Formats: sequence, C-alpha cells, structure tokens
Amino acid sequence: MAEIRVENLHKSFGAFSALRDSTFTVPNGDFFCLLGPSGCGKTTTLRMIAGLELPTSGRILLGGEDVTFKRASQRDIAFVFQLFALYPHMNVRTNIAYPLRSQSMLRDEVNRRVNEAARILRITHLLDRSVSGLSSGDRQRVALGRAIVREPLAFLLDEPLGALDAEFRDVMCGELRALHDRLKATTVYVTHDQLEAMAMADTIALMNRGMVEQLGTPQDIYDRPASLFAADFIGSPPMSFLPFRGRVTPGDRTVRVGDVDIALPEIREGREDSELVLGVRPEHIELSSSAPLRAEVVDAEYLGTTQIVTLNTRAGASIKARIPAEIQIRPGEHTGLTLRPGLLSLFDRASGRALRTALHDGPAHG
Amino acid sequence: MAELVLSGVTKRFDATVAVADLSLRVGDGEFLVLLGPTGAGKTTTLRLVAGLEKPDAGRVQLAGRDVTLDLPAARDTAFVFQQYSLYPHLTVYDNLAFPLRSPARRESEERVRVRVGDIARLLHIEDKLTSRATQLSGGQMQRVAIGRALVRRPSIYLMDEPLSSLDAKLRAELRIELKRIQRDLGATILYVTHDQTEAMTMATHIGVLEAGRLVQIGTPREIYADPVNTYVAARLGSPAINLVPRSTCPDVIAPPETATIGVRTEHLRIRKSVNGNATGRVKWIEHLGDQNHLHVMIAETLVVTLCDRNAGLVVGDAVDIDITAPLFFAASGKRLRLQ
Repeated sequence: MAEIRVENLHKSFGAFSALRDSTFTVPNGDFFCLLGPSGCGKTTTLRMIAGLELPTSGRILLGGEDVTFKRASQRDIAFVFQLFALYPHMNVRTNIAYPLRSQSMLRDEVNRRVNEAARILRITHLLDRSVSGLSSGDRQRVALGRAIVREPLAFLLDEPLGALDAEFRDVMCGELRALHDRLKATTVYVTHDQLEAMAMADTIALMNRGMVEQLGTPQDIYDRPASLFAADFIGSPPMSFLPFRGRVTPGDRTVRVGDVDIALPEIREGREDSELVLGVRPEHIELSSSAPLRAEVVDAEYLGTTQIVTLNTRAGASIKARIPAEIQIRPGEHTGLTLRPGLLSLFDRASGRALRTALHDGPAHG
Repeated sequence: MAELVLSGVTKRFDATVAVADLSLRVGDGEFLVLLGPTGAGKTTTLRLVAGLEKPDAGRVQLAGRDVTLDLPAARDTAFVFQQYSLYPHLTVYDNLAFPLRSPARRESEERVRVRVGDIARLLHIEDKLTSRATQLSGGQMQRVAIGRALVRRPSIYLMDEPLSSLDAKLRAELRIELKRIQRDLGATILYVTHDQTEAMTMATHIGVLEAGRLVQIGTPREIYADPVNTYVAARLGSPAINLVPRSTCPDVIAPPETATIGVRTEHLRIRKSVNGNATGRVKWIEHLGDQNHLHVMIAETLVVTLCDRNAGLVVGDAVDIDITAPLFFAASGKRLRLQ
C-alpha cells in the first residue's frame, strides 16, 4: 500500500483545460473521494493516476516513485469501472482469477488469492456460477474481486455504484467502506454523488471546473465550506443563502441582513461595503413565531423523522429548514426564523469565497 | 379531472404475475403514489390504466365509465414517461402545443397560445419557448415533457418515475413544483416510483406494492407511523427502521407471538452507560454532515440510528438504550398490536 501524490497536474484537450494545476496527496490507507459535477475533471484526474491518460504537465508519485510517464500496466494499481466489464463466457472464479493468470502466477497462489477475495466479498458460494446469471450487486462484487486479487498498491474506482439502483447503492456504500476498513488499501473513488462521498470518504477533494475547490474531511467541508459552490454542492438539501449588502469588520459578532441583526461566529476578515451572503444549513434553522427574520412557508415536505420546510424571506431569499416532523406547518403561513449562530458561514458574493470567522479558528484549520 | 377505480385487476406475462388482483381507487384531485422496488408491478399498473396493456382479469373505470377494453386514445389519460421524448426539430412552444393541435381536437391557435403560455409559466420555462428542444438542459427537457402532458386536461395524469433521470438537486426542485402544480390545477395524478422521498413528500396517498400486490394504502403519515408489516415498515424512513429479534430486547413488553421488534431512529434514546450494565456498544459513527448515523451492536444485532453530533460518543463506548415506541411483528412479518 502506498501514498499517492499529485503535483501541479494539468491536462488539456485542445483548447479545453480538463484539469488545471491540481496538487493533493492521498495518504497511505486513505479512502479519498474525488467529488464534483460532470465535467469537473474528476474522472480525468483518476485516469491520469491510473496511466490511462498522460498529463499535459505535472507529476504523479505512487509510493514515492514518479510514475507520470509509466504505462498503466507498470503501475501497481487496480481500476474498477462504472460498468462492470466481466467476461460473460467465464464463471465467477475465472473472472476473478483473470488478472493473475495473465501475470502467469502459480496455480496454488492464484487459488489462494481468489478464495481470499471471495471470502472478503462474501461471494464464495458463487465462485462456480456463470456471471451472466448474477444480480447487478453480485456482478459489482465480482468486479471488485478482480481488483482485490492483484493486491495492488492502490485501488481506483470510477463511479462503481452509478449503475445500481438507489436502494442497493446504500447497501454497497456500507460494504465498500467495510471492505476498505478490512483491506486498509489506499483508495481513490470518483463520484458525483455527495451522499456517497459523505458516507464513505476519509478525505474529499471537491472539484469544480478542473480545479480542486476544497480539500478536507466530510465534516470539515460540510461545516466550513470554502466557497458558495462547496456550500451548495454538499448537503441534501444544500446550504441556504441570505444575500445582503453590508460592511463587516474583524471582531463583529453580528451582521445586518435587511433590517434584522443576525449573530454569527466572530468575524476575522473584514470587507468594505460589498455584496455578502450569509449561509445557513437546514438543520440550524428553527421556526419561531416571534423571531424578527420573517418568512412565508412555500412548502413542507414530510420525511417521517423530519420535514423539510421551504420558505421565502421578505427579501426574496429561498430558505430550506429541517425541523421535526411533529411540527404542524402549512404553505402560506407566515413565521419567524431563528438561525443558530454557531455554524453560520459568510461569503463574499463577487469572489464566491468564504470570509474567515471564528469557525475557521483552531489548529486544524489554521 | 375524475376518479379512477381499478377492481380486481390481474396481468400476467407468461408465468409471471405482474399485477395480482389489484383494487385501487384514486379520488378526484388526489395525488396517489405507487411505491415499490423494481418488478413490483408499478409500471404495468400505469400501462393498464393507459390502455397500453390489457388486463387478464378485472375492470378499469375512469370518471365512472368502464374503459377496460377501450383503446388508449379513447381513454382521456396523459402519460409522462421516465425518459423525456420530445420532438428534437421543434421548438419548446411547438412541442408543448403538439397535443393540442392533433386533428381530433381542432383547438384554435389562439386557445393553444393561451394554454401553452399558462403551462410554460407554471413550469418556469416561459423564456425557453422559442428554443429548440435540443438546446435545453436535462431538467428543462423533463419540464417540457411534463408540460406536454399538462397542456391537456385529461381525466388523469399517469407518471412513470418522471424525475428519476434527473440529478439530486433538480429532483428536489421538481418535487416541489409538481406538488404545487397538482394543487393549483386540482389534478388527479397516479404516479409510480421506487423513491421513498418522492412518495413521502408529494403524495396525498401512498400505495405500497410488493410483487404485484397492494400491501397497504394510506397517507404518508399513516404508512410511516402505522405499517401493516415489516415490508412496508422497511420501505419508508431514512435511516431505515431497525428490525431486531425479540430476544435482543427482553425487557420490552410485547405481544406473545412477537418475533421482531421495529424501532425507528426517533424512538431510540442512547446514552453513555454509567452503571456498567450496558445494553450495547458503539461500533461505528458515520458523519453525514447534517446527521450522524450511530451504529450500535446490541448482542449480535446491529442498530443504526441518528445521533446528535454533540452526544460525545466515540467508537467502543458502552451505551444504554431506551426504546419509546416499538412496533411489533410476527415471524410472518405481519404487524401485531398490544391489547
């Protein structure tokens, strides 16, 4: 197992830059997610790590060794694709063993590794079955088995759950994470689904337009989004935004949104009179009839344990609040909003970047 | 708009029974969502109502009239498919106007203009009317596809997972739109999906299907709070209800034939154990940003529940567990009630 280091990686296709000057390190044993919308450069990055694309510039180091211009077959990496490419005429055992046979490994060793992979994936009972009769989940397990038997330095997975239906995706998320905890293998996982990334990753690199927008743990990115893009991409429903015009000074503990003062973590970075945006997560909003920040209920979506209430403020901002399901609320109703101050974010609208506040204090976020 | 009644409808494909003796009523102005996994018979039911399939037994009545043997065109239904099928060479306006301009209808162009304008406003695509269908994003195309059904005023709208090909954000947006439109138009909608969130948030009533059979029907709150069996209980709720063997919680008072106890996350109280008689142990904490999923082992059973991020629990902690509103199920999965 090994660390993967990507240095100033750049990839152009003609005039189009798919990836621009990206640098990050995947620590040894990390479950690392490249997350972002389609076209953000996440798959291109993964394919360069695998050796399926060559970078325009920059370096890739695998376990300290520069592999930038090595062929895919010379990199000790296993790649799992979105569409599980299995050999339909072979049974499960032969499919899993295939990468080892092509390395002309001894038969006993092949058997040992195939049995071990099947045991880890809990598909031992399927080893002698034909792959054509398998469910999509079992097919994906076989595809993973083919990666595991190689005992590579790292696993690269490109939206491996994309083809599964939603219900089963949840189950496989849990399995993949448990598998990673057993193998402790460095894993780079590409997805556009923030819930998958939040559920599985140790580290997320959130990508946008060929750049790494933010790098951090799931909780860190959720609590301290570095930009409006990050705040909006992560979370279901995402962060709500209250745009306002104002001036902020280091040391301020409130901002004035319209005619209402709202408390937030102490501001560390000032701005002259400019367009700002206050960001609030749905679970940090309470409805209270007397609160001065007024809003009209547009919709209430019952989810069993909780409900998501959509509201419009007087200034026209659309807000989503997650509140307990027992609270009775109807569209058309007017109410007040209390924003819990501890985890509010503040953004500069023009740059889209978060302003530093007490939220960013502490050694981890220096 | 009008009421739809299915009585004892059965549909077989060779040896497979796709829909089994299904009786169902969708009231005027109701938004009924049929919920079930792949293969439960959802789409077949829609196609039977539309007349795209003929039942082997049973009756389909629409607005009080028996339409079981009517051709699709004679049924006055509008169908929205999972994959938007627009005419690529036509503008959005002409795509929306198409159903109104069919020779059988002979609407005046003036009326077509008014109706298309109304629907475009409703769907927030009025600035796209002159665009070609191919210039639209996926979400806009799906809105046009829905709009093409809405320009007509059929007895019932039939929708087959119309949001499932969209990304999560757009899906959340269109869920609210669709519910608003249904309310504004007073439309009767029969909608099928495997997505519990869509069912919970949009439906006035949910019908839960299992292997072609209707297992339970009721309001979202009824289905969530009062499921008739473990199958229904497990279909709704996120994280899913915990179904634990009776033997795992001997202290809970339960009907004698109880085999499984169902506990929803909001009915579990978990505290760090102080007296050493812990009931469970924290196995893993999943941080999902807005929620933490706490995985707790109680004897051999894994229980997943939401926990406050400030609960101060870490992996390995011994915990005490209180259950406040358990549901009881027999070995067959059937719901049991305390006398």
